[in-house]
Amino acid sequence: MHKLLYELKATMAFVERHFNLAKRYLGWEIVDLVYILVNGLTIVLIGVGGGPQQMLYLAAGALLWEFLSVLFHEVSESVSWERWEGTIEYTFMAPIRRATHLFGMCFYAVIYGSIRTIFVLGGMALFFKFDLSQANLFGALVVLFCSSISFIGLGFMAAVLPLMSPEKGSQATHIFQAIVLLVSGVYYEVSVLPAWLQPFSVISPATYTLRAARAALLDGASLADIWPDLRILLLIGILLIPLGLKVFSIGERYAMKTGKLKRNG
Amino acid sequence: MTIALQCDRISKVFYEKDETKATGTPLSYRRLFRRERVPVYAVRETSFTVEKGEIFGILGPNGSGKSTLIRIIATLLYPDEGTVTVFGNDVVKQQLEVRRMINRVSVEAAFFKKLSAIENLNYAARLYGVNTKIARQRSLEILQRLGFKEQKAFVSLENLSRGMQQKVAIARALFTAPVLLLLDEPTTGLDPKSKRDVQDFVKEVQEKHDATIILTTHDMAEAERLCDRVAIIDDGRFVALDTPAGLKRKLQSPQNPAPTMDDVFFALTGKDLADELPDLED
Repeated sequence: MHKLLYELKATMAFVERHFNLAKRYLGWEIVDLVYILVNGLTIVLIGVGGGPQQMLYLAAGALLWEFLSVLFHEVSESVSWERWEGTIEYTFMAPIRRATHLFGMCFYAVIYGSIRTIFVLGGMALFFKFDLSQANLFGALVVLFCSSISFIGLGFMAAVLPLMSPEKGSQATHIFQAIVLLVSGVYYEVSVLPAWLQPFSVISPATYTLRAARAALLDGASLADIWPDLRILLLIGILLIPLGLKVFSIGERYAMKTGKLKRNG
Repeated sequence: MTIALQCDRISKVFYEKDETKATGTPLSYRRLFRRERVPVYAVRETSFTVEKGEIFGILGPNGSGKSTLIRIIATLLYPDEGTVTVFGNDVVKQQLEVRRMINRVSVEAAFFKKLSAIENLNYAARLYGVNTKIARQRSLEILQRLGFKEQKAFVSLENLSRGMQQKVAIARALFTAPVLLLLDEPTTGLDPKSKRDVQDFVKEVQEKHDATIILTTHDMAEAERLCDRVAIIDDGRFVALDTPAGLKRKLQSPQNPAPTMDDVFFALTGKDLADELPDLED
């Protein structure tokens, strides 16, 4: 019990550290927030000709992708960040379990991603005056929670790339993220994808996230209605988190064998 | 006698790209997809023990294997062969136990430079399970002892000199009260006053806290002043291991009746110390 408490407290090290960094990079944070808001508005404006439902469809895509990509990015880039700052050796020799380190990054990513998404949602609501009276907002939040679990697992697996390849690993995580964006129906139905790409949408958790969240937001679908998608998301998450931790631990052992667990330069 | 650190026949080899074959050869599948790699022997069958409370110095030219040895002890690198134990705990099999006992100051201060000393120390406190208030109090005491002004603790580290950053690194390593402290060239690049402050403090830590310290350095005077025993490493192997006085005694001759540690270093490694000092910006 004492050990568990110790590890739980240690996760806060990463949350606090990253919020302190966000404070120090406040100018950049503001620039980034303005950019993602304008980007979201631009995407929704594409759907003006299709009416409010089309606009809400695109808004849901933009908001969910903003949240999921931040979550994935913060987790998968956690190693690159440490390497770039020169703290990788210090953090990796701390007396905590690797899962504590990675879950600490996840807690931060969930809080940080939620703040950004709420900001964009507020901006969109003011700009377009969306009618959300029929939407099941609680259902959409449940979808977000379930999809976070599977994206955290994906992030763990992607985080191993910068660990194994200091020079190219970080770029590889961006390719991974881009493929998820392409196949998951963020701004369009997956049925418009070429036939050979469609199987990839079946294995992407973002596909189920978007489908369930849109059903809750656009049609006011209840939790019972979206349960089939939630079940798949939870199942993917339950499989991906231990798998992601295992993959990361194999990658860490490889890095410690080959001497890649060190700062750049 | 308690053994703090035991290294038994440890070896480490890295495989690096063979740059000599990268140019001049015709373009081929092998050149494009199968990089030629050559083995670089960083540490070769090195064995030694360090007693509890001892300051053990490791001296050697650049690239001789000092930092590799420190990184193996610090659980950041697996040895290819041999075993390392810290107070009986294997650094490969019992990583967490070893990590709870050690801390390290590296030649480059490893911080989030945008954050202040206090913010970095809070991060460290949470990782090591030390109450942040206690950590802050202990760190400020150490920093004051090292001549670091309190108000500087709230300034971004990127705005502090290298010497100041290194003092924060020392405070961060010490407030966790490690029983084995790894100091990897802690005074490299420091001004003489800061260097003296750090050296005095290292001596004080050994005397008051009974800590065991492994110190790598290029500074012969520092090694002589601080270390109970000194190992000289060259090309991954220990070429000598004795007290500073013992090492100098071995070199005594009618031609050189009072050899210095610089003379010892040159005689054993065949390298001039001045050529081996790292080119660090202050």
